[in-house]
Amino acid sequence: MIRAEYTMAALMAAFSLYTMWKSAELEIGWIPNQGPGGGAFPFWLAAGMLICCVLIILRQIRKSDDVEEPKKVYMDRETFVLFALVAGSLVMTVGLIEYVGVYVAIPLFIAFYLRIMGSHNWLLTGSIATATPIILFFFFEIALKITLPKGVTEPMFYPLYGLFL
Amino acid sequence: MEIVTLLMNGFFLAFEPLNLFLIIVGVVLGLFIGAMPGLGSVNGVAILLPMTFLVPPTSAVIFLGAIYYGAMYGGAISSIMLGIPGASTAVATTFDGRPLALKGEADKALVAAATASFIGGSISVVLFTLFAPPLADVALAFSAPEEFALMLLAFATFVGLGGDDIPKTFFSIFIGLVFSAVGLDIISGEPRLIFLDLPGFFHGINFLVLAIGIYGIGEMLWTIETTKGKVLISQAHITINRILDALISLKNGFKVMIMGSFLGYFVGILPAAGATPGALMAYGVAKGMSKDPDSFGKGNTKGILAPESANNAASTGSMLPMLTLGIPGSPTTAILLGGMVIWGLDPGPMLFVEHKEFVWGLIASLYAANFFAVVINLAFIPAFLWVLRMPFTILAPIIFVLCLIGGYAPTQDMHDVWLMLVFGIVGYLMRKLDYPMAPAVLAIVLGPLAETSLRQSLLMSSGSFDIFLFRPISGAITAIAITLLFMPLIKSFNSMMRRQMSKWPL
Repeated sequence: MIRAEYTMAALMAAFSLYTMWKSAELEIGWIPNQGPGGGAFPFWLAAGMLICCVLIILRQIRKSDDVEEPKKVYMDRETFVLFALVAGSLVMTVGLIEYVGVYVAIPLFIAFYLRIMGSHNWLLTGSIATATPIILFFFFEIALKITLPKGVTEPMFYPLYGLFL
Repeated sequence: MEIVTLLMNGFFLAFEPLNLFLIIVGVVLGLFIGAMPGLGSVNGVAILLPMTFLVPPTSAVIFLGAIYYGAMYGGAISSIMLGIPGASTAVATTFDGRPLALKGEADKALVAAATASFIGGSISVVLFTLFAPPLADVALAFSAPEEFALMLLAFATFVGLGGDDIPKTFFSIFIGLVFSAVGLDIISGEPRLIFLDLPGFFHGINFLVLAIGIYGIGEMLWTIETTKGKVLISQAHITINRILDALISLKNGFKVMIMGSFLGYFVGILPAAGATPGALMAYGVAKGMSKDPDSFGKGNTKGILAPESANNAASTGSMLPMLTLGIPGSPTTAILLGGMVIWGLDPGPMLFVEHKEFVWGLIASLYAANFFAVVINLAFIPAFLWVLRMPFTILAPIIFVLCLIGGYAPTQDMHDVWLMLVFGIVGYLMRKLDYPMAPAVLAIVLGPLAETSLRQSLLMSSGSFDIFLFRPISGAITAIAITLLFMPLIKSFNSMMRRQMSKWPL
């Protein structure tokens, strides 16, 4: 838990510094007759973030010196495996959407989740994995006119567009 | 009298077939979302907001308002049946709801929760109708310094009243504001904070990307972690006679419900407080008022009536500052507010002048949603119990898919989907370390307005911060905000003094 606290605060401190540096690309001081420059607002906020991170780290150092805290685990093994599977499959899905589109990536994700994470039978897995993209297509592409990303599968949809749009 | 006419017109709008249909669908969806462990109104509104682009803005807000209401009712269902709060707002309902369910009186608890929600909703909607127009009138006189002072106050409530870790609360506010500054500088139009020079940052970070990331992806990861153990659902025997009996037995709980409603409403107005602390406070007061405080926690129906009336009243209360001042009173209303901006309905006092019809339509729809929620809730209790039995591994992938598509829909840019995933995963990891998330969501919604009003004010005063202190209204608001910001310091100083004193016995 303590290590996680330090790591997170250090990472966020680094992000704050990066943000301060990025804000400074614009004027962070006062521009006569125009008021504060465009970079001022984010610059001082990022400085505030940095101060918070430093405070969090300092407090943790003092706390660890003070008393021996009961050891709390940030993520036990079981949680970590679960987290890695879910987060990993989501990252894979979004990556797949870029190449093969929503209509291939999403059924795969649903099938993976229902079959492997939930150990449901093939009938349920198959029906939800088939129904979801169909509902998505009619709701988003037809009703809302929002074209979902299709990647290389785009040409396969031309006849459908002709039919419905 | 004018209010009555306006409200009547509002009812005409709310009862248009499309709107009425959306109210009913919204309430049903809200009830389901609320009933699912872990998911509450904020998750429902964040995930479903992109779906509402299908209907006109007014109908969309009415629909989301109905989801908000339904979820407040639904939260009690899993609190009672599973002993797991359906949403954080229903935490206090588990204290007496669960023991009642274990005694075999789940039906009594469910009826009590629905009735109290209805009373809380009704009283608060009336209070809302009476308070909103005068408050909006006052707010019409506000200019940039007052607006900024109000926003400072909204953020200060998180520090002074939020009860979370102080540096982490500040961090959450700052990072939300920084994210709102990404894109083009509002005054000069120069590109700003283009992280890693990715072109996707040029259009800024849409608040929905953060909201769906945190309340969709992050919340699901959190729920998957916390519910991996088996949950035990209680049995409920429900017949019409038993429901009627339960309703009759509630008649001596009126005082508690009225107390809960008023308390919840006023606590709900404060941005950091809202429904969860409102419900907990109402529970505490009900226990204090009781002649038999020991029965609380062992299955006293008053222990359900108080928090349930309070959390519904608070959800209406949180809409008051959102509509009249443009400052959301809860994370859910922050998302609603962001949605209204997308639809071109700029929240704030001008709304009452320029979009009168919309405002009163929304208010009338709250009356309607409240009515439908209690009827549907009581009539379909068995259906909601069925949802609770549904394995989470079926719901989870469907909700994840809604999040991914919902992150894509507003801007239609894959960059935003990746960003949402990062926010979700990092947000979850940070939440495990007790970083509060609500301030960041509020901050990203309020950020652009906060920056504009700050810069305008400073321009008015040629760079002096005095302007926030020496104008009567903004001065008063700033003073309260500063007090709240220093509250944690004063508190820790006090406890330090007390510790020192106790070392030196007199």
